[in-house]
Amino acid sequence: MWRRPFLWLILAVSLAFVLVPYLTDDVQLREGLLLAAVYVILASSLNLMIGYAGYVNFGNIVFFGLGGYVCVFLVSEWHWPLVPSAILAGVAVSAVALLFGLGILRLRGAFFALATIGINEAVRQLVTNFEPWGGATGIYLSFDAYEPLGGPMQALWTSYFLVVGVMALSLLASFAIKRSKFGLGLIAIGQNEDAAATLGVPTPRYKALVYSASAFLPAVAGGIYFFKSGIIEPGAAFNLGLSIEAIVMVMLGGQGTVIGPAVGAFLYEELRGALLVAEAFSNFQLVIAGVLLLVIVLFVPGGLMGFVHRRWPKARSWLE
Amino acid sequence: MTALLEVANVSKRFGGVVAVRELDLRVEEGEILGLIGPNGAGKSTVFNLINGVYPPDIGRVVFRGADITGAPPYRIARQGLARAHQIVQPLAGLTVLDNCTVGACFGRENLPLAAARETAREVAEIVGLRGQLDILAGQLTTGGKKRLELARALSARPHLLLLDEVLAGLNPTEIEQMIEIVRGIRRRGVSILIIEHVMRAIMSLSDRIVVLNLGAKLAEGAPREIAADPKVITAYLGEAEPADDAGANP
Repeated sequence: MWRRPFLWLILAVSLAFVLVPYLTDDVQLREGLLLAAVYVILASSLNLMIGYAGYVNFGNIVFFGLGGYVCVFLVSEWHWPLVPSAILAGVAVSAVALLFGLGILRLRGAFFALATIGINEAVRQLVTNFEPWGGATGIYLSFDAYEPLGGPMQALWTSYFLVVGVMALSLLASFAIKRSKFGLGLIAIGQNEDAAATLGVPTPRYKALVYSASAFLPAVAGGIYFFKSGIIEPGAAFNLGLSIEAIVMVMLGGQGTVIGPAVGAFLYEELRGALLVAEAFSNFQLVIAGVLLLVIVLFVPGGLMGFVHRRWPKARSWLE
Repeated sequence: MTALLEVANVSKRFGGVVAVRELDLRVEEGEILGLIGPNGAGKSTVFNLINGVYPPDIGRVVFRGADITGAPPYRIARQGLARAHQIVQPLAGLTVLDNCTVGACFGRENLPLAAARETAREVAEIVGLRGQLDILAGQLTTGGKKRLELARALSARPHLLLLDEVLAGLNPTEIEQMIEIVRGIRRRGVSILIIEHVMRAIMSLSDRIVVLNLGAKLAEGAPREIAADPKVITAYLGEAEPADDAGANP
């Protein structure tokens, strides 16, 4: 397994993420990279749906937000440690996704996409009116919550390392799924669902499973992210804008590849950072994102990786 | 002994149109059964009813002793019933090898990935796609895509193969090759139910032929009897030789 250059690449990138901000003690860099890592996790997981199974999920952010809520609630109210809270958040949200999936995956194309937006908005409304989770104001973590990790400053570093770990996992999962029988079945569904079913791919089960799988790591990441923020409220947790930005990242890097969405996520974060400094107007990056998506879909549907694979066909065999 | 496939009293209507009417059909073990009829006779609908694309309104479909009426296509495929489509449906973004691997992975033998790749290679060899394993399926010629349909279905190692006009759109040389391939498949013990418009081909391939007209069975028998049956000739618009004219129209 370690003969694969790709796995070394994941390791090297993750190490760079850990070491560079830590050795330079650059907090600003760390915050930028944390966001980039979160984006990589969101994009890689979304790619399982869009790139592999061919289902465009506009509401993928609902997993991130729900994971955040479950985790922050466990830490705040039940005084659980961070790691088990985040893992339980992942498991719980995956289970919920499985139920959603069995329902809405009967739909195809635009109707599926609409249903995913509906789910995100419905959950947002539900949470906004759910008093145990603080309703519209959300949940604040007190400083005590960070004591087990050695105080707030240390907790920020720990959260960051955990997010980088989850990022590595999301890339490994993308890789492992693509190389598996499950992945082959998903890609067959993405190419032609009816043909796949005729060939024996158990389409309803596979679709529900991948929908659930694409929920797990974003939920875990949401848990750590909102723990780090110290506050979670419905607007930030279920931000449809971020959902759509994640689609741009997947398309920019190249849907269906393992590296593409990660590269797209990283580039998008850099771009967003640059645009925030430009201060043209708030959320200017969404304008750019929209234009970018249009250009990609029209002219380079394969994204960056599609371009690389076409230009250097040999790269296809080792650059997944 | 019971038949490999038994279609019993099956009907299907779409709105006001009766596509298939009280049809009985039996495919015996090791047999090649031809299914012919004018355009719109309901031949492809019969295939859709057999492999579970949609359920019949009434009637039963029994495969190897098990009732598969109304089961979804992927479950029927798993039981060893594979299908090649009239309108080719390649998984265009996957290579030829991966297309066949899907068939082997999720077919009757439910193989793990590595073993499925081996089976896929063998089958690609049988249908003459060996040199094109790494080409994307979407880039194949029409003839190549037809072969791929066949290879994918065959990769499942089925008991029964449904072939829906695999000769349509091929040139005479390719037709000859394809006929030989189909014969070779039968020699390997696979039973075949085949829809075909190229009469010369179906007459020489089939052990028995069923003629469908307006959704109902018009005639059934050996190719020689069918060719001489006045009812069949009338159904083909009174042509003296139903054979070759119909073949021009896919």
